[in-house]
Amino acid sequence: MKDIKVLGPGCKRCQATQDMVEAAARDLGVEISIKKVTDYAEMEKYGIVSTPGIVIDGKVIHSGGLPKEDDLKRWLQT
Amino acid sequence: MNTIAASLGQARKSQAMWFAGLAIMLVLWFAIYGRLLGFARWLVAQMPIEPGSHLAASIEFFFYDTPKVLMLLTLVVFAMGCVRSFFSPERTRALLAGGREGLGNIAAAHLGIVTPFCSCSAVPLFVGFVSAGVPLGVTFSFLIAAPMVNEIALGLLFALVGWQVALTYLALGLSVAIVSGWVIGRLHLEGWLESWVREVRAGDVDLEEEHLTWVDRFEAGSKAVKEIVGRVWYWVIAGIAAGAVIHGYVPAALLSGIMGADAWWSVPAAILLGIPMYSNAAGIIPVIEALLGKGAALGTVLAFMMSVIALSLPEMIILRKVLSLKLIAVFIAVVGTGILAVGFLFNALYS
Repeated sequence: MKDIKVLGPGCKRCQATQDMVEAAARDLGVEISIKKVTDYAEMEKYGIVSTPGIVIDGKVIHSGGLPKEDDLKRWLQT
Repeated sequence: MNTIAASLGQARKSQAMWFAGLAIMLVLWFAIYGRLLGFARWLVAQMPIEPGSHLAASIEFFFYDTPKVLMLLTLVVFAMGCVRSFFSPERTRALLAGGREGLGNIAAAHLGIVTPFCSCSAVPLFVGFVSAGVPLGVTFSFLIAAPMVNEIALGLLFALVGWQVALTYLALGLSVAIVSGWVIGRLHLEGWLESWVREVRAGDVDLEEEHLTWVDRFEAGSKAVKEIVGRVWYWVIAGIAAGAVIHGYVPAALLSGIMGADAWWSVPAAILLGIPMYSNAAGIIPVIEALLGKGAALGTVLAFMMSVIALSLPEMIILRKVLSLKLIAVFIAVVGTGILAVGFLFNALYS
């Protein structure tokens, strides 16, 4: 089970990112628990500068803009 | 649907295809662009409108400017989308962190033009910069330049008003960002940040190096076109419609009286008027084109444009989360003064 956090104040792109993560996980059959982080102070602890950001198992793997689908699947599989 | 997208992702268009496709598009673009005015005139001539009337002037302006601005916007946004793929906010922060003020302000203002970031990232960006040791004034230089001096503003000014004005706007926009940031830095207002911002310690972030090919960069460009042109086109049309009305109906004598170089109070009035107005460069420039055509003074018009773009209420509301009201007031005062100076300087130089 992968623990995933989507960092972002709740803009359109953040929602789109979350949808992409969920869809990719469904495709791959990977079990995830996904949580949105909308609090700025909380977000900043991860050190990102631009949103949306993606954190998998406590590690920031992406920030700023929508992820690429290929990358997303790679991250979810490793 | 996702499997289709995935297989499409694998069957990425090859680099050669992209280059060939882009070359063809570019040729087509120039071929069409050169014929827009003739087409607009022909279209107006087909309508039951008296030639030379106010209405004819307005409609021609609209039919000429709409495709022209949208085509330009597409070209400029695509090019800039590719350029931006060389930069990221994280890299910009690393460049600016620990830097000195002065030089740092200059670097920050320039990086503000090319670093990709969307307005909903303004708060994380601000906090991320400050907590990583980028001086407050340098951060402000970045935040002022990023919206004000952008490719859309420069590209449209270049095409609609002329390269001299575009270059001047670039130089003065950068100056306002550099000087305002420097002044704010000198004032040592770190204590006026919201308290949580001062306490936050940014975690180390260690993103994997992305290796982007040219195909990735072109894709970034076309993604930017879809996103940005898709978002601003109605602003553009509204701006052009307003410009068309001014172009066709507003008498030149009236405007040059109000917005001409002789009316010294017009510069501060234009700035005050611009603060509550919120538009982006794409919507405001057609209006500016029409105003200039009617004898409005360049300094007044540029001050208005900078105020509309750089000092906007929605952005203040977002930044209120990290800045105290006092700091926001200082921000408005410093940037407003900078714009005021630009307006007066221009009116003095070009009249």
